[in-house]
Amino acid sequence: MIRFIIRRVVQGIITLWVIVSLVFVLFFLTKPNPARLLAGKEATVAQVATISKALGLNAPVWQQYLSFLNRLRQFNLGESYKLHEPVTTLIGQWVQVDISLAVGAGVIWLAMGLSVGILAARRPRSVWDRSATVFVLVGLSTPTFILGLLLLFVFFYILTTHGIAIFPSAGNYTPFLTNPAEWAHDLILPWLTLALITAATYARLSRSSLLEVLGEDYIRTARAKGLSERRVVYRHALRAAITPIVTQFGIDLAGVLGGAIITETIFGLPGLGQNVVSAISREDLPVIQGIVLVAAAFIVVANIIVDVLYAVIDPRVRLS
Amino acid sequence: MSLSPLDVPTSEVLEAPSPDGGLGIQNIEGRSPLRLALTRLRSDRLAWIAAGMIVVMALIAIAAPLISTATGHSPYNPDLVNGTDTFGQPWGPGQAGFLLGTDNLGRDILVRVAYGARISLLVGVLATLLATLSGTILGLISGYFGGWIDAVLARLMDAVLSFPYVLAAIVIASVFGGSLGLTIGVIAFFSWAAIGRIVRGQTLSQKEKEYVEAARSIGAGPFRIMFVDILPNLIAPVIVLGTLLVPVAIVFEATLDYLGVGVGPPIPTWGNMLADDQGSAGFGAWWFWVFPSVALLITTLGFNLLGDSVRDALDPRTERIFAMRRKGAAATGGPSGAAPGDPAPVSEPAPS
Repeated sequence: MIRFIIRRVVQGIITLWVIVSLVFVLFFLTKPNPARLLAGKEATVAQVATISKALGLNAPVWQQYLSFLNRLRQFNLGESYKLHEPVTTLIGQWVQVDISLAVGAGVIWLAMGLSVGILAARRPRSVWDRSATVFVLVGLSTPTFILGLLLLFVFFYILTTHGIAIFPSAGNYTPFLTNPAEWAHDLILPWLTLALITAATYARLSRSSLLEVLGEDYIRTARAKGLSERRVVYRHALRAAITPIVTQFGIDLAGVLGGAIITETIFGLPGLGQNVVSAISREDLPVIQGIVLVAAAFIVVANIIVDVLYAVIDPRVRLS
Repeated sequence: MSLSPLDVPTSEVLEAPSPDGGLGIQNIEGRSPLRLALTRLRSDRLAWIAAGMIVVMALIAIAAPLISTATGHSPYNPDLVNGTDTFGQPWGPGQAGFLLGTDNLGRDILVRVAYGARISLLVGVLATLLATLSGTILGLISGYFGGWIDAVLARLMDAVLSFPYVLAAIVIASVFGGSLGLTIGVIAFFSWAAIGRIVRGQTLSQKEKEYVEAARSIGAGPFRIMFVDILPNLIAPVIVLGTLLVPVAIVFEATLDYLGVGVGPPIPTWGNMLADDQGSAGFGAWWFWVFPSVALLITTLGFNLLGDSVRDALDPRTERIFAMRRKGAAATGGPSGAAPGDPAPVSEPAPS
């Protein structure tokens, strides 16, 4: 088990190294002089040269790359060219929005997806099952930004223009610690947007997984023992069927944590996703690199946790 | 790569057996699994609906220049004289000869939606083909050769799959500047690994089978074994994944365009049409975003439905459902009862 974890961690670090190197190369090849950007429009040649020197931009590429990796080893992501603050501090602030998003949306999509999936699996080819299929197909076919716009249109625009101002417009965000009620109120539409789209995957996954398990011998045994159908499904079958859902949940949660770019853009939430988009437009390389790294790290770590959880949930899985 | 018959299921018409010669020997004929799957697909009503949705969208895309000429409205040029009312407000649907209304620059939404269909379908299909081809080839190579080649390729697939891909796509597009070719390339790059991983896994199990050993014993080289012997056995999952990848690619393209890093203006795409009216100011003019959204939904839903049907058709485990459906249809004398290739080896000729 320990050996397995160590190997996975090493693999994860290699993956992260590949990813940051790619970002480094990409920007180095195409945007060779961030000093000019930093210095502003009216900078003299001398000023640009001074900044270049201060940033170490005059060193050969490989030296810059090595010192970049060296700083990474100390968890130093550099300083934003424009915001003049350490990238780690900035990311620490922004990621709170994404944590809020992930927690709320994750609970909703899991509850929704699982209940639809279970309902469909318990009565295959029934009206319920068919409705579940429609739900899944529509969910899979709808782009996030269309659902987000639709929710804003219906719950904010139409309701508000009819004098029912329950839901806030885009661009509101209250930190949880400031006011938890306001926090949930501002985030309910973004949560629904993320959750409705993602729930489709969970409904499909839990349906097929549960259907497969329900066909197994031990389920027949459980039924033959005279257990209630409820107990058979929720105690016996669901436990075995849950493994693929755990995998998916880990990866999806990590994806949102690393920045829900579209949802944040539509609802004007100041998380990693919205900030990386604005960092890209102002060519703020340290911020871009930092966010890409953090986003990828979430996914890599989630993958490792999921693999370990697998063995905990399902004793049939042997890690080797 | 025989993807084409499934892409346009309506184009392939198998010859029906003569209705009276049903009892002879020619009735028992060996059929390839693909042919059987095609037969099943053709008896699936949902598949026809899905294909219909896609064909309609394709026709709109092809006819886009015709629509532009017929209405006399350009998809690119703003027209504040005819395209807006006397107060400079956009026309609503049906007003002043604009069937779906105009946007805030006075451009005909109908014409722009039609042109958007071209980009969406082009990007969706081309990116998927590219991703499927490279994913299949690299997956085969990775699985068949093993060793360090496999180690490198498998790691690469892992890296691509754990890349935050929307983020990465924005970074790439902003560095190189958005364009049609780049958009297709970026989407293909982030999609091939999913197929590569499945193909690799399948190849790993297939290469241990006897037929591979037999092929090797008669002197077949690695590439012949990979592409002539193993590949046909992997074609089913590849086709299913490929079909389901098209809607993903279309949504991906629309997302990039929505974020302003895709094909980019002035070319109208569904994504950038939706981005044009972000904010509550645009909500009053609902036709700005409802029509591109509906077009996008019809397309992705069509491909997802088709993908589902293709999966069912290619999965031998679902054969029972299809047999049941055929029986029901035959009993009521439905049109699919006359389906030519009944997979059941002993079956009565269908009444026609």
